[in-house]
Amino acid sequence: MKPAAFQYHAPPTVEAMLELLANHGSDGKVLAGGQSLVPTMNFRLARPAHLFDLNTVSELDTLRASADGLEIGALTRHAAFHKPVIDGPLGVLLADVVQHIAHLPIRMRGTFAGSLAHADPSSEWCLVAATLDAQITARSRKGARTLRGGEYFQGIYSTQLREDELLTAVRLPRMDASWRCGFYEFSRRAGDFALGMTLAALRLDSSGRIAEARVGVGGIMDHPQRLKPVEDALVGQVSDAKLFAAAGDIASRSVDPMGDLHASAEYRRDLVRATTRRALERAFAQGAKP
Amino acid sequence: MNSKIDVSLSVNGKVYPIKVEPRRNLADALRDDCGLTGTHVGCEHGVCGACTVLIDNKPVRSCLMFAVQAGGKPIRTVEGLAQGDVLHPLQQAFWEHHGLQCGFCTPGFLMLATGALEANPQLGDDELRHVLSSNLCRCTGYQNIFKAVRAAAQKMRG
Amino acid sequence: MSWIGRSIRRFEDQTLLLGQGRFFADTAQGALVLRFVRSAVARGAIRSIAKPEGGTVFTAEDLAEVKPIRPILHRPDYVPIGQPALATGRVNHVGEPVAAVVGVDGADAEDWADRVEVDIAAEDPVVDVDAALQAGAPKVHPEAPTNIIVEGLSRTPGLDAAFARAAQIIEIDVRGRRQSAMPMEPRGGHAEFDPRTGRVTLTTSTQMPHVLRTGIADCLGIAESDLRVIAPDVGGGFGQKMPCAPEHLVLVWVARKLRRSVVWIEDRQENFLAGAHARDQHYLVRAAFDANAKLLAVDAEMRCNVGAYSCHPTSCGVEPLMAAAEFPGPYDYQEYGARAVGVVTNTCMMAPYRGVSRPVITLSVERMMDTAAKRFGIDPLEIRRRNLISKFPYTSVTGLVFDEGSYRQAMERAAQKIDLPAFRARQQALRAQGRYIGVGFAVFSERSGYGTPAFAARKMAMVPGYETVEMAMDPSGFVEVRIGASPHGQGLRTTLAQIIADEIGITPDKVRVIHSDTDATPYGWGTFASRSLVLAGGASKIAAGQLVQRLKRVASVLMEASAEDLDVTEGQVRVKGTDRAMDITAVARAAYHQSHRLGKELGPGLRESATYDPGGTFSNACHVAQIEVDIETGGVRFERFLAVEDAGVLINPMIVDGQVHGGITQGIANALFEELKYDESGNLLTTTLADYLPPTMLEVPTIEIEHLMTTTDASITKAKGVGEGGAIGAPAAVINAIVDALAPFGIEFFEMPVTPERIRQELRRAEKVRAA
Repeated sequence: MKPAAFQYHAPPTVEAMLELLANHGSDGKVLAGGQSLVPTMNFRLARPAHLFDLNTVSELDTLRASADGLEIGALTRHAAFHKPVIDGPLGVLLADVVQHIAHLPIRMRGTFAGSLAHADPSSEWCLVAATLDAQITARSRKGARTLRGGEYFQGIYSTQLREDELLTAVRLPRMDASWRCGFYEFSRRAGDFALGMTLAALRLDSSGRIAEARVGVGGIMDHPQRLKPVEDALVGQVSDAKLFAAAGDIASRSVDPMGDLHASAEYRRDLVRATTRRALERAFAQGAKP
Repeated sequence: MNSKIDVSLSVNGKVYPIKVEPRRNLADALRDDCGLTGTHVGCEHGVCGACTVLIDNKPVRSCLMFAVQAGGKPIRTVEGLAQGDVLHPLQQAFWEHHGLQCGFCTPGFLMLATGALEANPQLGDDELRHVLSSNLCRCTGYQNIFKAVRAAAQKMRG
Repeated sequence: MSWIGRSIRRFEDQTLLLGQGRFFADTAQGALVLRFVRSAVARGAIRSIAKPEGGTVFTAEDLAEVKPIRPILHRPDYVPIGQPALATGRVNHVGEPVAAVVGVDGADAEDWADRVEVDIAAEDPVVDVDAALQAGAPKVHPEAPTNIIVEGLSRTPGLDAAFARAAQIIEIDVRGRRQSAMPMEPRGGHAEFDPRTGRVTLTTSTQMPHVLRTGIADCLGIAESDLRVIAPDVGGGFGQKMPCAPEHLVLVWVARKLRRSVVWIEDRQENFLAGAHARDQHYLVRAAFDANAKLLAVDAEMRCNVGAYSCHPTSCGVEPLMAAAEFPGPYDYQEYGARAVGVVTNTCMMAPYRGVSRPVITLSVERMMDTAAKRFGIDPLEIRRRNLISKFPYTSVTGLVFDEGSYRQAMERAAQKIDLPAFRARQQALRAQGRYIGVGFAVFSERSGYGTPAFAARKMAMVPGYETVEMAMDPSGFVEVRIGASPHGQGLRTTLAQIIADEIGITPDKVRVIHSDTDATPYGWGTFASRSLVLAGGASKIAAGQLVQRLKRVASVLMEASAEDLDVTEGQVRVKGTDRAMDITAVARAAYHQSHRLGKELGPGLRESATYDPGGTFSNACHVAQIEVDIETGGVRFERFLAVEDAGVLINPMIVDGQVHGGITQGIANALFEELKYDESGNLLTTTLADYLPPTMLEVPTIEIEHLMTTTDASITKAKGVGEGGAIGAPAAVINAIVDALAPFGIEFFEMPVTPERIRQELRRAEKVRAA
């Protein structure tokens, strides 16, 4: 379990990185935290001829909270989110979600943006990006473009990112106090990839009714997806246990789960019912103590 | 393509100038190029944690980092825990509480716990369990590892 | 003051804690690296193997002189199967070594391995044990036309009559799925060639250094003394590191061929593919009970998937024959029928794994008891009360002699500790809230410390069992103990020192235990089967007793007193009833340096040896699991896990508890998490630690242990073995608890592991039945 040989590059700047990607993008890989890529290389399932180390591009080690939201630079490690990094429900949500990502030593190296570039269907950050419709900045020597979290994920390990592009930053929208967020994940062991998980973000109007709903599921289909039928069922309603149970049932009916070694499609359909109801319950349990 | 690169590893305060292929992972470099065999290799895909070392005082999997990436960074391994003949409080606690049987996973657990407790000496029982769930042990059922780390944490808090 | 019974810190620990442990790979800096090219095909004929230009590559042709590994049982039903060092003509499972390459380091060796092109004409494999038994199934080996390579049959004359008069007959179908012992350190070894002597020193991760040396020397056709085997620090074994494997043969052969030092470091993926599997068994059990719920008879068929080969040194008989002999467990009945078969398939070979068959036996028996209790409408504890053995020695229907134990007492104590009535009340209350908690019991025995008689009953050509200890007090008064057992985490250096210290009258720090080096220790069988403390401990006690006698005889000359008037305590030889005393160190020195004073009959030195070869002793325990099932996800959460354990006299309680903790954790893992899965083509799907799931600290509950200490004459230290019990009882306790929790749904499980997915599958079925 030693990787095949590769040429190692440590570009000092984004510009230098983009140059490398332009020249070798088709047979090279960007090395961010390496917590998914390196195991794949150790198994020789990936054999990139070139490795571009992002860890030397220190200008990408940024994390900025502003009035609009949170901007996460490409070198921001999972561990950065252990404590809330932005006021309001978003910071609390990210601090909750990060506890489910593998284990402490993995979180010390792995990066938020790297998870999005890798696009494992069971990745927690990918679910966050898809559900909250993150703005994803992709840069190449030809320029920059902004991709939307709702469209960015295309399938297992498949995204809109092009070979010559570097994912430089991710923006998540700020949420004010009218938002309630809840996350629930089921995995076999602590730190394992989710067999099923749901992220719910709900905005309440002044009367306490659900004005806007974002409900996404991960680990269920080949990429994280929002469930429109569930969101539609929630909007305009007042939160209560019956509503959440109904939402779980709708979620279970509206997914087309994958079956694999870890879980059958039928089981995943069961799980999504539970994770969706529980994520909604948590959203309101947590809302009580912002 | 197989050419070796000069790297200078700083391990437990000592500098090791080594020459390695870029594909040499840090665990192998510590073991085979620096002769520090206390760091063990158990899975080479980041799950078991036997290879856990501290870089910049943070616990990381040394099987998932290339040695070339660790150049110049302060690395700490199990060999650097004791002060001469005086065991580190964690080592002492593992001894007293029977926190090891075969001893293969032990260096990884010691470094994991060292990193976590140095960053936050106030970790409660639940948080400790979460942290310690990062590594696998096949002998102890974790019972005495937990007791040992909790006892050491108390001692380290003074 | 007695050292036995004290939780002294282990002598083993300091070097391990300092990172100065010496595992085989730590010794191999600069050695050439050996890597295996393994079959990607489960079954087929090798058409060609293309060696890359410039590489150092070996195939079966090169190793033609190396004999296959072929363990022998002297039984008419046994079909000896040879396991070649490298696949010869055909491959029989995915992961089988086909070629071996040598590189300057691990990455280089892997590059060379990648360049070896193996062309195999794939044929349909047989993977599942039941499929392999069907008529027309592919034959794994032509010499075994039914795929059965060992078959144990027994039947008491009154069996049919017992079933005929039964008030209730329980029939269950039990499945223990395939699992891995999964030691933290994968297998491997470092073979150092000494050009001066032509000898090879193999430093390797093994549980049985002497037996491994025999295995390798036999197959390579060399003198055993041309090979030295050292087990340095070993990173866990649990049975998987018992066999002499093809990789060992190739490693030593290559070192001799190249006249170089060569290391083989198995990686985790290879360990899953080829590092020996365990537990893949299917039992069909019928049990007859009389109207009082007293068990009358059991008739069982045990189908054991043994993989593609018969493992060295136990042979593949180890699982089926143990299944047949030990199925009755701690319950009293005298009519019994068993058919236990070892069935070959195109899968990785089976090796013993902590508990060997008994986790599946205990799952079967304890599920059987709970099922019968339900049928009779009585409490699960009550049915056990009526059937547990309670008079000792007890001779089982299969001829096993149970020494004194505390089967019922352990169960009653466990029930009392968990306050069963209070639990039942809480269970009812929670069910009303849609929450499902359950409690499960497992009462079982752990046969331990057995010598040659037990193994000879299996008709093994190599009969393990005895242990020899060589003991010398050196001129400085320290005791050097050389043992044939090979501890690798069990703390035997410490516990033997405690036994010897008490026997001689010195402190344990004066005792040095030397083990796991064939150049330095007497021939012995290594460490497995809950045996080393009982056997090496027993032999140590005998040898230490002899040493004391010799010490007294030497002292009697020096002190001009009668040997009978001497006592050895606290490091001194004293004349009873006087203040005359001599330091042991002075006696020891004189024994070597003043031997002219001792006379011809006594002679110089202080050296004794002893062999211990007893019939065996049974530990026993009751495990109780208290769990909650999340019926929406199928997740299982522990509320509590309790073990009331009886291992006789505890030499070092801290170490005993450690063994129980570890065993129970593996049992929980076996019950809930771990499963090796093959697809129909014989590809192993679970080759990473993200697919095969040993639990982390968060999945393992706090384990409570209480000890009963029944004294026995079956072990001269009165200590019983305790290495396997945790793994034997825990799965049954956990699965009984799950069934108890889900009783309102009428769901039963007769398999392990019970995964969340399987729980949901059954609940879905139950929901459908309800809806209909």
